[in-house]
Amino acid sequence: MRTAERARHLPESGIRKFFELAESRDDVISLGVGEPDFSAPWAARNAAIGALERGRTSYTSNRGMAPLRAAVADHHERYDQRYDPETEVLITTGASEAVDLAFRALVDPGDVVALHEPTYISYAPGVELAGGEPLAVPTDAADDFALTPERLEAAGAADADLLVCCYPNNPTGATMSDDQLADVAAFCRSNDLRVVADEIYAALTYERDHASIATQPGMRERTVVVNGFSKAYAMTGLRLGYALGPASAIDAMNRIHQYTMLSAPTTAQHAAVEALRSCEEEVTRMVDEYNRRRRLVVSRFNEMGLDTFEPGGAFYAFPRCGGDDEAFAEALLESQGVAVVPGSVFGAGGEGHLRVSYATSMRELKEATDRIEAFLEERPMLRSD
Amino acid sequence: MEAEREVLDVLARNAREDIADIAAQTGLDADTVETAIESLESDGIVHGYQAVVDWDRAPDGKIRAIAEINVELDRETGYEQVADRIARFPAVDALHLVSGDYDFAVEVLGGSMHDVSEFISEQVAPMPEVTQTVTHYIMETYKDGGVRFADGDDDDRLSVSP
Repeated sequence: MRTAERARHLPESGIRKFFELAESRDDVISLGVGEPDFSAPWAARNAAIGALERGRTSYTSNRGMAPLRAAVADHHERYDQRYDPETEVLITTGASEAVDLAFRALVDPGDVVALHEPTYISYAPGVELAGGEPLAVPTDAADDFALTPERLEAAGAADADLLVCCYPNNPTGATMSDDQLADVAAFCRSNDLRVVADEIYAALTYERDHASIATQPGMRERTVVVNGFSKAYAMTGLRLGYALGPASAIDAMNRIHQYTMLSAPTTAQHAAVEALRSCEEEVTRMVDEYNRRRRLVVSRFNEMGLDTFEPGGAFYAFPRCGGDDEAFAEALLESQGVAVVPGSVFGAGGEGHLRVSYATSMRELKEATDRIEAFLEERPMLRSD
Repeated sequence: MEAEREVLDVLARNAREDIADIAAQTGLDADTVETAIESLESDGIVHGYQAVVDWDRAPDGKIRAIAEINVELDRETGYEQVADRIARFPAVDALHLVSGDYDFAVEVLGGSMHDVSEFISEQVAPMPEVTQTVTHYIMETYKDGGVRFADGDDDDRLSVSP
């Protein structure tokens, strides 16, 4: 069948190749997974079951169930984010839908959208589908992959219309401090950039509490914050996210959402209400466990000669392997059965690095890091320096 | 104290972690971990390190029972004294003073049902302070020490995802 140009034009994801390689053998330890290894808290799953038993299988209101919107707004006060649940919150089918809606609602044909890279792989295609033009803003290991006004300026982002800001970052695990965000916010204000802030990993920070660019002076009115339940509550498959923003933006997003999605999955919304109500302790337990794994993985990499900066959030480490990261990842998979994702998949600045997910049991992480060490011992020239 | 808490969190999950791994996971140095473990032990916070065992599946499996025990105290004898006498038997795996209808909950471990009932009837019941015992044999254990005995959920995630 003839397909549309816009679909044909989309590049195949660079991750696909590694997925196929990893699936082709059965002794693989995968550090390539971008989702939690925990299951959703039982109380949340139980609430979903209860909702099904009670026959709660209808649509909800377009914007999402009122109690869920209220609970989300309440929850976000911890980040100093204050939004009116009636007009400034939209519940979506995964944070992915919220990102897509934000692009479609905020980007006009020809608008330039600045993306700091390396970053999550869906933004550039999303921008293109909305008719915008992605502009790569490389970040660097020298700045621990934080975004700076200098980098924005150098990439020509002063002329952009929108900035996508994803911290804590996938794939680097980088976070940004209030001071660093203040500099970026100043750049956005003086160049009249609006911002889509994908903060899906906000709950998973280890060095300091999450800071949001939306809480910088003058930023609330120009920022749509995206978050969801996938990472913090290990609910990826339930597909539930949300957007927070000024009423005008949420209104525009909801106008698209009501035609293309109608409402987010009802069962998942019931699970999410319970997750916010009673699962705080489980989130803390998961965060503590990620933190122990993070420390183990980062110290093991640095010991074996793969330079790794201290990732402050998400569940990724981003060691520098130097040279051709794709060849490194392929050889590692081939010879030791350890799957990682080459950093270059995530855009400019990612080359020469590997994305290592530590959303895997401690036992597997120990085995995998031992195998990586053996791999390096056979190839001493591959160490970072 | 902070260090002890961090070390305790790791040990409570997996008591077999070695010093180097605990150090890596907590970000503490090995000496600090060792000192923390020593004080956890000497302060009576950590009393030992044991495997979580499903005795039903172990070779020469063992029988477990929970016995409810009621006692009558007098001026010379308190709960402490009675507990001390019960706890000294090796068959007693755990002993708790509890609120409610009875006084002590005793977890008993034996080679057979006969061993367990003999222990209760010949060692515990005859104690002068003991007025009543009710023994519940454990038929099946689903979770112990915070660990589920059923096979864990399979990891059905895609092996590589964005």
